[in-house]
Amino acid sequence: MDGREIFARLNKVFQEVFDDPSIRLTPQTTADDIEDWDSLEHITLISAVEREFRMKFKMKEISSMKNVGEMAGIIQERAR
Amino acid sequence: MQELIYPFDPGVIIRKRKALKRALEAQEGPRLRKKIAVLGGSTTSDLVKTLELFLLDAGIEPVFYESEYAQYFQDAMFPPESLASFQPDIIWIHTTGRNIENWPTVRDSDQQVEEKLAAELGRFQAMWESLEKRFRCPIIQNNFEKPFFRLLGNRDAWDIHGRTHFTARLNGAFAQYAAEHQGFFLNDTDYLAADFGLRRWADPACWNMYKYAMCFEAIPAFTFSVANIIKSLFGKNKKVLALDLDNTLWGGVVGDDGVEGIEIGQETGVAQSYYEFQSYVKQLKDLGILLTVCSKNEEENALAGLSHPEGALRPEDFTLIKANWENKDRNIRETAAALDLLPESIVFADDNPAEREIVQAQVPGVLVPELEGVENYIAAIDRSGCFETTTFSQDDLKRGEMYKANALRAAQQASFGDYGEYLRSLQMHAVIDDFLPVYLTRITQLTNKSNQFNLTTRRFTTEEMETVYNSPDYIRLYGKLVDKFGDNGVVSVVIGRKNGEALDIELWLMSCRVLKRDMELAMLDKLAERCREQGLKTLRGFYYPTPKNGMVKGLYESFGFHKTAEEPDGSTVWELETGSYAPKCKVIAVTGNPVE
Repeated sequence: MDGREIFARLNKVFQEVFDDPSIRLTPQTTADDIEDWDSLEHITLISAVEREFRMKFKMKEISSMKNVGEMAGIIQERAR
Repeated sequence: MQELIYPFDPGVIIRKRKALKRALEAQEGPRLRKKIAVLGGSTTSDLVKTLELFLLDAGIEPVFYESEYAQYFQDAMFPPESLASFQPDIIWIHTTGRNIENWPTVRDSDQQVEEKLAAELGRFQAMWESLEKRFRCPIIQNNFEKPFFRLLGNRDAWDIHGRTHFTARLNGAFAQYAAEHQGFFLNDTDYLAADFGLRRWADPACWNMYKYAMCFEAIPAFTFSVANIIKSLFGKNKKVLALDLDNTLWGGVVGDDGVEGIEIGQETGVAQSYYEFQSYVKQLKDLGILLTVCSKNEEENALAGLSHPEGALRPEDFTLIKANWENKDRNIRETAAALDLLPESIVFADDNPAEREIVQAQVPGVLVPELEGVENYIAAIDRSGCFETTTFSQDDLKRGEMYKANALRAAQQASFGDYGEYLRSLQMHAVIDDFLPVYLTRITQLTNKSNQFNLTTRRFTTEEMETVYNSPDYIRLYGKLVDKFGDNGVVSVVIGRKNGEALDIELWLMSCRVLKRDMELAMLDKLAERCREQGLKTLRGFYYPTPKNGMVKGLYESFGFHKTAEEPDGSTVWELETGSYAPKCKVIAVTGNPVE
């Protein structure tokens, strides 16, 4: 799975979870960039991403991810 | 909405929640607005948002109160102003094993374990009693899932120090409380967690990071269960199971294979599976669910198949048999009409996806479970939650017989020249009087499921009905109708509130199974009589239109009331003077409550 594919799929997940088709993710996107991305929606997002990529984040990863780029990095690593 | 019907995909519900909510809110149709207080022992945010979807899909528009994080006990014991003024219609206490405060340890003596059990139970009972006294509304309480670790291994299940054993005892005590208290219902978390898979359910990451008591993907199944209880309490249950025959109730095609060629009974695994399904269906009938046939078949063949000596069902288990070559959507509509029910009361069971699709598309509101493989039929119906049973009255047990007696009456009616002659031939006898405690469950049930012959469509919870029952401000009447074909049970309810010298009729409903029997006239006669006895000079009736109650739009007019007001939404107010009232019903002999 290359980075582009991961980003395309992540983008779709984000659009659906936040019900906002205008979302365009970049590696630098953080919770501050998306209006509804608060701590409550965060778990919905993590759960949807995990299901999309059929993987589980570790607790430590969830608390240390700083932006979407890091999230994609973990997904890519896990997919190998 | 397909995404919300069992077997739903929890991933889709989580991910598309916002779009689903948007679509549900855009749907037309009436909604019942209900206030639900969620007293949580863990995070409730996503529970509430998911529960909302299931309720909206059932035509219930919830408004929620949520405790501050884990404040369930404080809220229940000392309701804050925000909860007190919320005046919930339903309270859901969302506690789990994470909220048990008095776990036994292996160092405890027997005596100490007993004390801990009593302390834990005492905490919960105190909450229930406080809430019951304060709010008088139904309470839904989770029981406990099994613990996520077993310190003693298998011994945990029977040693009094084991958490598994302790949990089971608490659940036993909760069940006993539920059995002894009306208006108290358990959400069987123990079953749900086991069914989902306890190991996944008890995801410690979900608890430690987000304070959710269960894994995130379990939330849809968990809240679906709560939604089913709420739907049932507000009369949103299904009433009829319409069944296809070939490859649904037996293997093979009876018209082609002959009765001896169909698979049903104990001979093969497949035959046993069909037998098991037939037995399940028969148990639904015992619960008061009406069974009908909706099959493309010659009727003769259908009856032959149902009479198969190895089958569990018999032709007489069915209230109505539609075996013909018409389209099934048409047969389903006719079934609803023949039973005086709305199509949305029907569950349609058919193995053929094409038939399912046509019914689904043509008859909105019918629930069409996905039946794929006879071994999965029971699960598909059982887990859809559409027959969830919260209240259960003696009338439920007899419902099938009553509808069948109706069919006999219809057959007789055809042989009379004059309708009055027919009515007199029925030898009707009614009991019309103030409510009796023994009928309160049935009366409340009627207020929650009568839609058509219902002037105000006012719903009552058990607690509200008890308040009405105990108050001197009301005139209450129930009507029970018996005729030569059988006992129809309690079929009509009228509740009027005294307002000066008038009686405001807040509720007037009648079961459609006794339409056109002049029962409404008998009720009116008695109501006018009671008013006169109590010095009430005016009867004031209200009609509030809904999409379903058009049949009673002109009821008060036909009674001789005169209209005093009409609102732009079609609501009308009517009045009748009781002084000059002359009884109208001539075909029913009426008596009062039995004298003790």
